[in-house]
Amino acid sequence: MLIFKLAYRNIKGAGIRTWLNVVVLSLAFVLIIFSQGMIDGMNEQIITTMQDTEIGGGQYWHHLFDPYDQFTIEDGHGELPVKLQELVNKRLATPMLWVPGSIFPDRRVQAVVLKGIDVDQTIIQLPSDKLKINDKNIIPALIGTRMAKQTKLKIGDFVTARWRDKDGTFDATDVKIVHIMSTLAPRMDSQQIWLPISTLRQMIDGKGHATVLTLKKDIGPVPIVDKWIHRDLNYLLKEIRALIKSKRVSTLIFYGILFGMGLLAIFDTQVLAIFHRKKEIGTLMALGMGRWSVISLFTLEGSLHGVLAYLLGAIYGVPLLVYTSTTGIPLPEITDEMGIAMGSTLYTRYGIPVLLATMLILFLTVVFISFLPTKSIVKLKPTDALRGKMA
Amino acid sequence: MQDTLINIHNLSKHYSIGGGQFSALKNVDLKINAGDFMGLVGPSGSGKTTLLNVIGALDSPSEGSVEVLKLKIENISAKQAAKLRKEKLGFIFQTYNLLPVYNVYENIEFPLLLLQLSSTQRKDLVMQALEWVGLLDKVKSKPAQLSGGECQRVAIARAMVKKPQVVLADEPTANLDARNSHNILQTMEKLNQLLGTTFIFATHDAKVIGYLKRKVTLIDGRVEEDITLPPRGPQC
Ligand SMILES: Nc1ncnc2c1ncn2[C@@H]1O[C@H](COP(=O)(O)OP(=O)(O)OP(=O)(O)O)[C@@H](O)[C@H]1O
Ligand SMILES: [Mg+2]
Repeated sequence: MLIFKLAYRNIKGAGIRTWLNVVVLSLAFVLIIFSQGMIDGMNEQIITTMQDTEIGGGQYWHHLFDPYDQFTIEDGHGELPVKLQELVNKRLATPMLWVPGSIFPDRRVQAVVLKGIDVDQTIIQLPSDKLKINDKNIIPALIGTRMAKQTKLKIGDFVTARWRDKDGTFDATDVKIVHIMSTLAPRMDSQQIWLPISTLRQMIDGKGHATVLTLKKDIGPVPIVDKWIHRDLNYLLKEIRALIKSKRVSTLIFYGILFGMGLLAIFDTQVLAIFHRKKEIGTLMALGMGRWSVISLFTLEGSLHGVLAYLLGAIYGVPLLVYTSTTGIPLPEITDEMGIAMGSTLYTRYGIPVLLATMLILFLTVVFISFLPTKSIVKLKPTDALRGKMA
Repeated sequence: MQDTLINIHNLSKHYSIGGGQFSALKNVDLKINAGDFMGLVGPSGSGKTTLLNVIGALDSPSEGSVEVLKLKIENISAKQAAKLRKEKLGFIFQTYNLLPVYNVYENIEFPLLLLQLSSTQRKDLVMQALEWVGLLDKVKSKPAQLSGGECQRVAIARAMVKKPQVVLADEPTANLDARNSHNILQTMEKLNQLLGTTFIFATHDAKVIGYLKRKVTLIDGRVEEDITLPPRGPQC
């Protein structure tokens, strides 16, 4: 208790230098914790958004389908096996059919993927019900806002779509844009045009065909079937998770440098303090304070910077953390261009165990850095210290 | 016969400087009894501070033996030395060595904090010490705001506040005017008589010498003279 009292007195008397250290350190503390929360929030949000708008609770892929190879898309579809059709009938899954093709907006040609979707599906957030129209002579089409911008298509426009049929010969028809949707997922928008799956199946003469079967979110165990590969969430989220991870590493490196600067400032303060306060150290020893008490005192003084930094950080950090986790941070368009779907507002997320562990690790680092320079006290002779001389 | 409190036998203290050696103390033999009021006098550089430091276990003997309150300084651990200083000794430094961020009250209180006395006990003792040195009006001042003489009085109060068995006083009056010097010396004399506190001074000051019961003269690190002084006549 004595040591606490003395350390508090000393640090109180030390003035501006203390506060500079405390400010830098508190910035580092708050930013590290904030960036953790930001990345965790981003992580969570990207994944939920992706599940809601794209991948549901996982997918089945036709065994010839490879999303990265345009040529396989053409052949990567087939009839759904019975077991999977049962899932569709139970409304636990919805099929999608992908057909590469072109459209001719404004007499220009643009490569697209024609995508068929069940107009009654509720598995993913896509307004497929807008494709329900009464006019049998019109093929309704749905596009996203990004696609509308790329092609300058408007609601009510007709556009010619071309694709290859079963025999490989070109076929074409006009489709009418009945709705322009705004979706969080660029991958459901750019360069694609959505049609009712029944129509698209007729267009390619592929009864019951599908490329991808998207499962309902939180679906339980799923059957193993021939020629259809189950892609679970781990597989589908692998890329995005790697991206988030690399982002986390680079962000933490950035704030780690800031933290390092805070630590350096404390280290420097400690070294200087011990150098300048030789005489004081000698006095403390002459008055009967043990060496280890003196070391504890100086270590504690350094560590108090950490405590004050947390207190100061709490003053502006807690409102910041609360605000960004409830009201959220508006996001610039840039995440959209990166092909990441996560909405226009980011909500930060803080897990209590992670938060406490981070705070503890940061604090222990401060304690260690405060302790390091005090080692020289051990070698100090009281008589030399009393005269303020270096050991 | 009085108790021997400090027994110094054949003490030498060498310092290595450059390539050679310098002896600050040479074959010193000295017995100091409980209740002594003695002074080490001698020219500058004669080894007075060095001897006080060895007695206070701040420095170790190069040769010989020094026994302080039954502890052999040459064998003592740093921890034991700290305990000895904390519980039994009071230091008054030539250079005051006040703690700069503490105010007068806190500086004087410090040894009592180390002894873990209660706050009421501390307060009583600090107030008494402030009275001895006449600094009741400067309680809240920081050392930087004090004159040299005031600093010295704080240093004296700090050494005596815990009423230690032995006070080691290095030039305690160097910066004091005559009135303050006499006041403080009289307080010390009173403590010596009432509590049996042993005082060991290092001094050139004739005022201090006037109060001494015993005077040891050091020259070039040797004891040149060791005399008992007659008691002073009554003050008028
Ligand atoms: N750490 C040291 N290294 C080398 N020489 C030292 C050291 N400490 C003291 N000395 C030398 O020992 C001698 C005695 O020093 P000391 O401080 O004991 O003298 P003193 O009698 O107290 O003098 P003063 O009256 O000026 O205070 C001096 O010549 C001094 O230079
Ligand atoms: Mg001296």
